[in-house]
This record gives sequence, structure tokens and C-alpha cells, in this order.
Amino acid sequence: MDAVKRYFRSPAAVVGLLLLLIVIAMAVSAGWIYPNDPLSLAGRPLVWPFANPRFPLGTDNSGRDIAAQIFYGARISLLIGGVATLIAVIIGVLIGAFAGFYGGKIDTILMRITEAFQTLPNFVLLLVLVAVFGSTLTTVTVAVGIVSWPAPARLTRAEFMSLRNREFVQAGRTLGMRDLQLILGEILPNALPPVIVYASVVMAVSILLESALAFLRLSDPNVASWGNLIGLGRDVLRVQWYVSAIPGIAILLTVLAVSLVGQGLNDALNPRLKSR
Amino acid sequence: MRILTLAGRRLAASLPTLFLILIGVFLLLQLAPGDTVDAMMAQMGGGDAATARELRKFYGLDLSVPMQLANYLWRLVQFDLGFSSIYGKPVATVIFERLPATLLLMTASLSFAFFFGLVLGVVAARGVNRWPDTLISTLGLIFYATPSFWFGLMAIVVFSIYLQWLPAGGFEDIGAVQTGFERTLDIAAHLVLPTLTLALIFLAIYLRIMRASMLEVLNLDYVRTARAKGLDETRIIAKHVLRNALLPMVTLIGLQAGTMLGGSVVVESVFSLPGLGRLAYESVIQRDLNTLLGIVFVSALLVILVNFLVDLLYARLDPRIQAEG
Repeated sequence: MDAVKRYFRSPAAVVGLLLLLIVIAMAVSAGWIYPNDPLSLAGRPLVWPFANPRFPLGTDNSGRDIAAQIFYGARISLLIGGVATLIAVIIGVLIGAFAGFYGGKIDTILMRITEAFQTLPNFVLLLVLVAVFGSTLTTVTVAVGIVSWPAPARLTRAEFMSLRNREFVQAGRTLGMRDLQLILGEILPNALPPVIVYASVVMAVSILLESALAFLRLSDPNVASWGNLIGLGRDVLRVQWYVSAIPGIAILLTVLAVSLVGQGLNDALNPRLKSR
Repeated sequence: MRILTLAGRRLAASLPTLFLILIGVFLLLQLAPGDTVDAMMAQMGGGDAATARELRKFYGLDLSVPMQLANYLWRLVQFDLGFSSIYGKPVATVIFERLPATLLLMTASLSFAFFFGLVLGVVAARGVNRWPDTLISTLGLIFYATPSFWFGLMAIVVFSIYLQWLPAGGFEDIGAVQTGFERTLDIAAHLVLPTLTLALIFLAIYLRIMRASMLEVLNLDYVRTARAKGLDETRIIAKHVLRNALLPMVTLIGLQAGTMLGGSVVVESVFSLPGLGRLAYESVIQRDLNTLLGIVFVSALLVILVNFLVDLLYARLDPRIQAEG
């Protein structure tokens, strides 16, 4: 309960939470407010925002409602960000847990693999994955998850290394617990909180990675995503710059919200570090 | 000398990593539907099966996967990255033509981000929890959340389209033939917006790290001693604090080298700079897998090289490393 109180004492954390709730509300309500396909033609192309009350945010190059695309885009960003983060954290925790728990040869091998992934630029690896497996929503999400796991792995490994010889683990060992029981039942619950806080960073980066991919037209073209819309707007940047500007602000606010919530959680859960 | 041995040992340790990457990426590309020959045939507007077979034989694509891998690795050791059918040149040549623009962009962005991150971090740490700190930290958060390609587009709208101060893209003015100093100025003008765009996220990260590490060092006993001796604050920071506070910043350069290379893919595409990043993008679009593999190889080499340089710099800043040997 203290942690909750501490969370709400920070104005930045509250603002972040509010922003995130708004984005979630947009994602949930998209289907009710805009029952039509957001990628279907709605009116004249390139109507400026506020010019026509039917299109509060205007229309894009081919006459599709920008507001509808923003609402549906919230779904795509949250979906890709959330699922990719889940994938990255699961792979990272598994690899980090085994490396940290066993140490020695297993640790060396697993860390070599982690290093290899870290040496390769994230975005270049993402390009390779998309070039090989194509750019459907599923492959892009999995690819973003695959390039993001090394940092959670290192974090988990460090936690496991500091926890593996604590008394409660030794007690478990004396009781005859098997390794897997120790890893999953005893150490993992204690190692998880910092990893979960760090997941907000992974999620922020995932949303940015996907939007960059979509901007380059290498993400799924059949969904209304913010990055896709920015890429479209680039063709008419000279005069109708609002087409690119609006979805960019949506990405900025969402990433900001995720980061602020993550920071708020961190401060609430580790109060001693707050003074930094 | 000891520093070099130490850094050299680290360098040697990264060789297995490099091999792991190459084998992984090579096997990954085997899974790709279609190969270079398919792409070439498509570009030629189709062709018969016999031509395709001949081409596959010419490029060594008819061999077994382990044979192809062995061939590839052997050629890499001789720095032969294969032939790019799309550009009609050896991959190594294509990459080296594109490398300077990317290196220039990365160096400029890194220096910019490092310098301003340092300055802003120091200012924020000195005014901790007062308005300069709040302002700088908020700006940092916003910079971190801004998609770089979007920032680049908006910068083009403001500075190139409306104010017409800076060029919207390209590496230099192709129309005007320039030499020497004029050409340098021209290239610099073309690089201002891309540099700012690429530096944005790193600036946000550096200033946050610098602020945290300043706050930590400012609380150490030796700083208290310096204060007690009556040294003025500016001297304490310049002479005593900065050097120690810089260590995490330097570490970060090595960690961020890869991210920066990845970021240049997007930034170079926004500003149509003829660099390695845009080459990577083009080779994905054109399914030029030879070139893509070559870029992966060169970027891994670059990251390893940056880390080597960071090790050297780190040892200079922190004499304890030398003593441990």
C-alpha cells in the first residue's frame, strides 16, 4: 500500500498514468467510435484538421480519416509494444536465469550469445529478420521481441548471481529442492521486480522500433499504424505537413507515458533510490 | 603498453562473438524465400530455368549449406564480401563508398550528444530539484520519447521548407561543382539536421547518466574534503568531479555504438544521405542479401572497434585499470 501512495505522490508518474489510460481508452473504444475500416476512403483527400467537423484531424493523401487511424493505431502500438515486450522479457529471463544460476560453462555460452546479439545493431538485425520472414503483424512483433531480449537477460543474470547463494536458497537446497524448483519458485519471484520495472523501457523502445519500421514501409501495410501514417504523410510533407505531424505526436505521448509510468513504478518500489 | 595488451585481449575475446553473428545471420538468410538469382531474374523481367541454373552455379548457390557457409567465411577472412548483383560491384566496394557518410554522421552526432549531454547533466546536477534541473530533465524525457524519423521530418518542415535555412536532404549540392573549403561548408550544412536528429535520443540518455553520476560523485568524501579546504565550486567540479563522473558516460559510448548505427538507417533514409544505413535499407527492399550480410559484418566490426577505442580511453581516464593489469 505504501508503494501505491508513493506512486501517486509523484506528479510525473500520475501524468504518465493518465496519458497511458487515455491511449488504452482510445485503443479499446476505436471499434465503437469508428465502426468502419480506418483504411477505407472516408472523404476528400487532404482535408486540413478542424476544416470539416466530420474529420476533426483531417484526412490523408487518399481521403482516409486521420482521427480513425490514430484511434486504431493506438491498438497496434499497444499490441506490438506489449507482446514484443512479453517475448523479450520471457526469453531474457530464461536465459539470464540459467546463466546466473549455474554460472561456469553454461554462463559463458549463454553470455557469448547475448553478446553477439548486443554487438549487432538492433535495427539492422530487425531489417534482416523482416527481410527473411516478411512483414506481417505477427512476424514484426516477434522480430521486435527477438532483438530486445539481451538487456533483460543481463539484468536477470545479475539478480540471480546475487541471489543464488542467499540463505533462503541454501535452505531450499538442504530441503532437497530441485534446481528448477529453486529457479522458478524461490529465486525468480525475488529477481523479477527490477525486470518488470525495466520492461517499461523495453516497451518504449519496442513502440519506437516498430514505428520506425512502419515509417520505412517495412512493417505490415494492411493495418492502421502510426508509423505507416507518418510514412504516407512524408509524400505530401511540403504543404500538408499535418499528416505526418499528428501521428508523430501520438507516438511521442505514448512512449512518454510508458516511460513515466516505468519511472514512477521504479521510484515507488525502490524508495531509497528516489533521491537520485 | 599494459593498456594495449588489456584492450587487445578484450578485442581477441570478441572474435568468437563475430563468428557467432556471421554463422547466425548466414543460416537465417538460408531460410529466406528466394535468393539473389531470383531477384536478378525478376529484375531482368524473367528468364528460363537454364539461365537460372547457370547463374546459381556461377554464384555458388548450388552447393550445400555448410559448403556455402565455409566458402563465405573463407572469403570473409580475405575481406571479400562477395558480389552485389544489384549494384554491379563487389560488396566491399559498395560498402566502402557508403561508409564515410555514415562515419561522419555518427562522429558528429556522438560529439554533439556527448558534449551537450555533459553540459546539461552538470547544470542539472548543480541545480538539483530546482527549476534548471526540472526543465532539463523534462526536456530529456521528451527527447527520449520522440521518434527520430518524425523529428527529422518536422525539422525539414521548419528549417528547409518554411525558413529555407538548410537543405532538406542529400550529402552535398550536386549541381554546383565546389572545391576545398566551400565544399566542406556545403557538406556541413547538409549534415546539420541529420546530426541533430540522430543525436536527440543519445543526448537524452547522456544527460540523464551524467546527472546521476555527478550527483553520486558530488557526495563522495574527497569532494567534501575539497569543499572543506575552501576551493570554489567551479574548480571542484572541473578538477575533481568531472573526471570521475565521466567514466559511466564513456562506458555508454561503447554500449550505444550499435544503437547509433541502427538509428542511422532511419535518419539516412529521411535525409537521403548516401550512407551505410540507407544501403542496408535499399538492400532489404531489393533483396540484395549479399550486401545485407556484408553490412551486418561491417557493422559488427565497427561496434567492436568502437568498444576497443572506449577501452583505451577508459584506461586513460581511470589509472586503476592499468594497475590491475
